[in-house]
Amino acid sequence: METKKIAFLGTAEQEAELLAAIDDMRNLPGALMPVMQKAQEIYGYLPIEVQEIISDAMDVPIEKIYGIATFYAQFNLEPKGKHQISVCLGTACYVKGSQLIFDEISKQLGIGEGGCTDDRNFSLSSCRCVGACGLAPVMLVDDDVYSQMTPGRVEEVLAKYA
Amino acid sequence: MTDNIITSLADTSFYKIQRRIALKNCGVIDPENIDEYLAMDGYMALHKVLTEMTPDDVIQVMLDSGLRGRGGAGFPTGLKWKFAKGYDAPQKYVCCNADEGDPGAFMDRSVLEGDPHVVLEAMAIAGYAIGSSQGYIYVRAEYPVAVKRLNIALQQAREYGLFGKNIYGTGFDFDIDIRLGAGAFVCGEETALMTSIEGNRGEPRPRPPFPAEKGLFQSPSILNNVETWANIPQIILNGADWFSSVGTEKSKGTKVFALGGKIRHTGLVEIPMGTPLSTVIDEIGGGVPNGKKFKAAQTGGPSGGCIPASHINVQMDYEHLAEIGSIMGSGGLIVMDEDNCMVDIAKFFLTFTCDESCGKCTPCRIGTKRMLEILDRITSGKGTMEDIDKLEDLAYYIKDNALCGLGQTAPNPVLSTIRFFRDEYEAHINDRHCPAAVCKELFHYVVDPDKCIGCTQCLRNCPPFAITKTDYIAEGHKLPSVKIDNDKCIKCGACIEKCKFDAISKQ
Repeated sequence: METKKIAFLGTAEQEAELLAAIDDMRNLPGALMPVMQKAQEIYGYLPIEVQEIISDAMDVPIEKIYGIATFYAQFNLEPKGKHQISVCLGTACYVKGSQLIFDEISKQLGIGEGGCTDDRNFSLSSCRCVGACGLAPVMLVDDDVYSQMTPGRVEEVLAKYA
Repeated sequence: MTDNIITSLADTSFYKIQRRIALKNCGVIDPENIDEYLAMDGYMALHKVLTEMTPDDVIQVMLDSGLRGRGGAGFPTGLKWKFAKGYDAPQKYVCCNADEGDPGAFMDRSVLEGDPHVVLEAMAIAGYAIGSSQGYIYVRAEYPVAVKRLNIALQQAREYGLFGKNIYGTGFDFDIDIRLGAGAFVCGEETALMTSIEGNRGEPRPRPPFPAEKGLFQSPSILNNVETWANIPQIILNGADWFSSVGTEKSKGTKVFALGGKIRHTGLVEIPMGTPLSTVIDEIGGGVPNGKKFKAAQTGGPSGGCIPASHINVQMDYEHLAEIGSIMGSGGLIVMDEDNCMVDIAKFFLTFTCDESCGKCTPCRIGTKRMLEILDRITSGKGTMEDIDKLEDLAYYIKDNALCGLGQTAPNPVLSTIRFFRDEYEAHINDRHCPAAVCKELFHYVVDPDKCIGCTQCLRNCPPFAITKTDYIAEGHKLPSVKIDNDKCIKCGACIEKCKFDAISKQ
């Protein structure tokens, strides 16, 4: 499933907070990074809409902002859900059918790899071996490990975090 | 405890051999209370330079002390300051590199969290020496406690009048701004760090011009690492002779190492320069645990190399480490035993540098990628002997041509493992065998049919159903042993974990 563009849910309050922060920092030498860090703190990530606000308010070309946002590992261009699901697609889990688990979650939540649900509750990713091959197939929700998963149990696990 | 007498912490072998200068106050004072720092002669060095010394005096003390950069490259600190002082400019900058990125190194974090004022005081001293009123600390955002304590320390120092305008009533102004990194290893390189503070992608710049002439915001700037700063107030207070009496002829003072890996006692270890590696491993670290044999120690992280058992008596200083193809680096010291595959270690570090290459210069961006592909071939059993030569050719090419320190040192882990562990590379290539049983495609699991009691725990836990029963029943056992089908086995290791009878091993 292709990851669809996640709707931008920024509020007027968030924008006001960001603009106020930009006004505070405007005269700081090299202010762009601190502004972007502040923006990520306010919105949780840096979608193109937020980059545009910064670009307009600071009079900096958007490609420069995008260049910085993609250079540093800490800036996220996609939102993260409240709960982060990762399904192990390492060899041991894979041969025990973890792809089916992944597909089932993907189907139930309507998101693909790297995606986030519209209500921002879940984001989904696959990962390589988590070192629990004896428990295969394994999925994680945040720090909770679910072992010997079956597609039938997906609904029950997701319900705990709904 | 020995015979009911409790040994003082300072008398344990871990601490007894150490000489704590940079870490003097760490764990001793409350880092969030400036009064405790003041009680340890805090800000006395700053007072001394402002009231009794000229900037040239300060630089002379730094030169005489022989202090060299603790970030890894070992450039003489006093010389750096002298160059920066020599350029006239309306504004100069003093920068602190607190973007500690080497996997396995955490000495800078400990100083920032345990003794933040020492960094502030030292930076102010440098500001006076080179003629700067503005400092920047570039600290990684992954160290939230360090950032918090730096901010508290700055606030308290300003309230006490030790920072800001007219310090100690001498007319000297100095203040510091804290900037957060955003997760890019290359920003530990000095020009990349300055580019990042300026609010850009953290890509390095060609040198010259060196930062002492045109650094941050195109102004004369100096950059020193946290541990370097931590030595400075004591050098001012105790004198250059005191400091240079510790260490070797060319490497003065102490160095903090983050001792980790396959060693009994891990942690931060501050030792006089020139201490033999064997002292660190056997006496301070308590040796390799679980009866395993020491194989190598890795220094300098992704920019360094591996020191084999045959060089375990090497003196830990800039010159001797460089002689055997490693570097001092920022101080990561990872001990490895016979269960570590050296080709795999080389691949691990190269994966890191390849991932962190900023992409600006071709030798680093593409060269590390090509080297990684060759290492991938070798560790999956598809390598040829020519690959070793190709690795070496590429390594020297990248070292000579990369733009910055990241690229110039990235091949070091590969070169040093080829130098000292060529036999392991050859075993991977010629015998299609990983001697340490790490590279998954180059070893297999075997069942010892005489030890296997046929409990079938492994069989039931094998994800790909690669284990089956045989007809063989060992003497004294009631059930038939099992065997592993290597074509189906995915080397997950679930069987070896489940076997309570030591019947399964890697070969």
